[in-house]
Amino acid sequence: MKKSLGAVAVAAAMALSLSACSGSSSSSEESATGEISYWLWDANQLPAYQQCADDFQAANPDITVKITQRGWDDYWSTLTNGFVGGTAPDVFTNHLGRYGELAENKQLLAIDEAVEKDNIDLSAYNEGLADLWVGQDGKRYGLPKDWDTIGLFYNKAMLSSAGIPEDQMKDLTWNPEDGGSYEKVIAHLTVDKNGKRGDEPGFDKNNVDVYGLGLNGGGDSSGQTEWSYLTNTTGWSHTDKNPWGTKYNYDDPKFQESMEWFAGLADKGYMPKLETTVGASMADTFAAGKSAINAHGSWMIGQYTGYKGIEVGIAPTPVGPEGERASMFNGLADSIWAGTEKKDAAIKWVEYLASADCQDVVASKAVVFPALKASSEKAAEAFQAKGVDVTAFTEHVKNKTTFLYPITDNTAKVKGIMEPAMDAVVSGKAPASSLTQANEQVNALFK
Amino acid sequence: MTTLAKHSRSASAASASPKPQGSHRRLGDLKIALLFIAPAMIGFVVFYVLPTVRGIYLSFTEYNILGDPEWVGMDNYVAIAADPLFWNSLAVTGQYVFLNILLQTALALGLALLMHNVAKSTIIRGTLLLPYLMSNVIAALLWFWMLDYQIGVVNQFIEWSGLPRVAFFGSEAWAIPTQALINTWRHMGYTALLIFAGLQAIPSHVYEVAKLDGASAFQTFRTITIPLLRPVLVLVLVVTVIGSFQVFDTVAVTTAGGPVNATRVIQYYIYQRAFTESDFGYGSAIAVILFLILALVAFIQMKFLKGNESDLD
Repeated sequence: MKKSLGAVAVAAAMALSLSACSGSSSSSEESATGEISYWLWDANQLPAYQQCADDFQAANPDITVKITQRGWDDYWSTLTNGFVGGTAPDVFTNHLGRYGELAENKQLLAIDEAVEKDNIDLSAYNEGLADLWVGQDGKRYGLPKDWDTIGLFYNKAMLSSAGIPEDQMKDLTWNPEDGGSYEKVIAHLTVDKNGKRGDEPGFDKNNVDVYGLGLNGGGDSSGQTEWSYLTNTTGWSHTDKNPWGTKYNYDDPKFQESMEWFAGLADKGYMPKLETTVGASMADTFAAGKSAINAHGSWMIGQYTGYKGIEVGIAPTPVGPEGERASMFNGLADSIWAGTEKKDAAIKWVEYLASADCQDVVASKAVVFPALKASSEKAAEAFQAKGVDVTAFTEHVKNKTTFLYPITDNTAKVKGIMEPAMDAVVSGKAPASSLTQANEQVNALFK
Repeated sequence: MTTLAKHSRSASAASASPKPQGSHRRLGDLKIALLFIAPAMIGFVVFYVLPTVRGIYLSFTEYNILGDPEWVGMDNYVAIAADPLFWNSLAVTGQYVFLNILLQTALALGLALLMHNVAKSTIIRGTLLLPYLMSNVIAALLWFWMLDYQIGVVNQFIEWSGLPRVAFFGSEAWAIPTQALINTWRHMGYTALLIFAGLQAIPSHVYEVAKLDGASAFQTFRTITIPLLRPVLVLVLVVTVIGSFQVFDTVAVTTAGGPVNATRVIQYYIYQRAFTESDFGYGSAIAVILFLILALVAFIQMKFLKGNESDLD
């Protein structure tokens, strides 16, 4: 019974993939030719990487690259099935929240040797990005491809009708007690059905026409675009150390105070209630004129500036109580599956993706910031040429006001616990102090 | 009535009486019989029996799919008993099944009666089945957009009529009833068709006799239609209740378990533990529990509603 057919099949698949792995390292000449498969999830970036693949094939006529784009929702489960079934792509776009578990389960190929042999200059990448992809075992599991930070997208017409000069958006301050000038601006931009503003007497918080601040969701464990740009200006951080922390800090009173303020915005009528955000995306709601400011990531620049008939400006996130701004700094990388039969070709492709040749191509499409410093600047120029000022995003990196996406083990389980807990707080159903109990559950995962 | 019943009983007794054949002859048929059963049997064993057995085995292990399963005995079951999310998922699923089955069966019975007595046109009967021909995911997404709080057409109408907008999927109170209603809308045509088939099997002379005896329409419905329809109704209930307990796709493409835990139905919780959090042992254990619950529900329904006996005998 223990050796059912399924178990045997899975075992056979594992054995096959393992033997394929060990076999390929010995016959390096064969594995540097043929077709390799490559997966990514962002459809907006597909044209840029297809261009990279075409250039790569022209330079390496023996290798062809087959790119598959899959939406984020199916990406990880399909990938896991591929690992088990032996059909995973040779190379794939990897995420900081996921790679720890993949590395631990021996699904990723360490590329230290190749990086050393081919003299890849890791200092050419924006600071910290290359180090993110060194696992707990000290081995490198990816080369950085891009990065993102958080900024405030605002509706220029709404600002001018509220009499708020755009320069004021660059000097916003925030604190968890009264919300600082950030809350004042949000309140003033909020308009109810009778045309009364959020800071005027007689404002009807139950019949709001335009919210000062849009809401994406509860933010689950990371709060990447929702609240981390605020909570992390207070000196709080998600984990005891990053990367590879083993203790989360959702029980910190400083954090809970910030979350209490954040949830309070919905109660005051300055931000939509969480229950109304299920469905249409926050960006589309912004485009429909339902919110004046949206905090969102740099990967959304194209979408926000692409809506017809809306003038969009981008401001940096507010300065917090410790006198600094803060933004989560997330980066993607390309990793190689341990079971690949084309190890050498895969390494070549990964190195090409991480090279200036490819990252300049990506930069020229102005969709995302490439990881290489020089290419990042080219991307900023490309955005400028399209009439979009992206300094709100780049200055976080320049002024070193970024903090890393929390990289730990058990990220999927942490998210599973924190998502309902955060939803309950942001929707006002539970006080922020309820996060202490959720935090105990989270930290129990690391024992 | 009584003579009628006797007739049919003796007829069925005759057909069921064993043919006087030796065991020799039966064994001779065995090979041929196996040959005919094989296609269905192979599918059943490969796609049902083996995965079930393996699922039961995995429920006693800790298994993250990328490593090897590790035997942990009853640990998963002990953890499930103390898992508030599991009990929540049972309660949420129960709420969904109750609303879904109650509305769906009542509406389907009404529709079936209309099909049987009033709407005899094939086009109208066919139209009732249309929602069922749509994929679950498409139906869910369609309603997800129509019922959207900000830009949904339904909320636009609600606002025009002077009522406050409703967060159909976003509010904890509405999320499950909304999804139960969507699936009622999708399935009631099909359920009606099954009941309709049952109605057609009731001999018309029974109704004629009732009419002669001066029974009112309601009396006829209560004392003739319902009792004679019982075996079909039980079958319909068993099938729809089992289907309803397994609600997954609607939740997966709309609320994904939220808001907070309001729509974390049992199948979605299994999916979340196994495929999202890579805890296949735990997920399998919940699946085994669901399997036992469904077997028990089906047994109770068959036993107490006497689904395998007909009053027509």
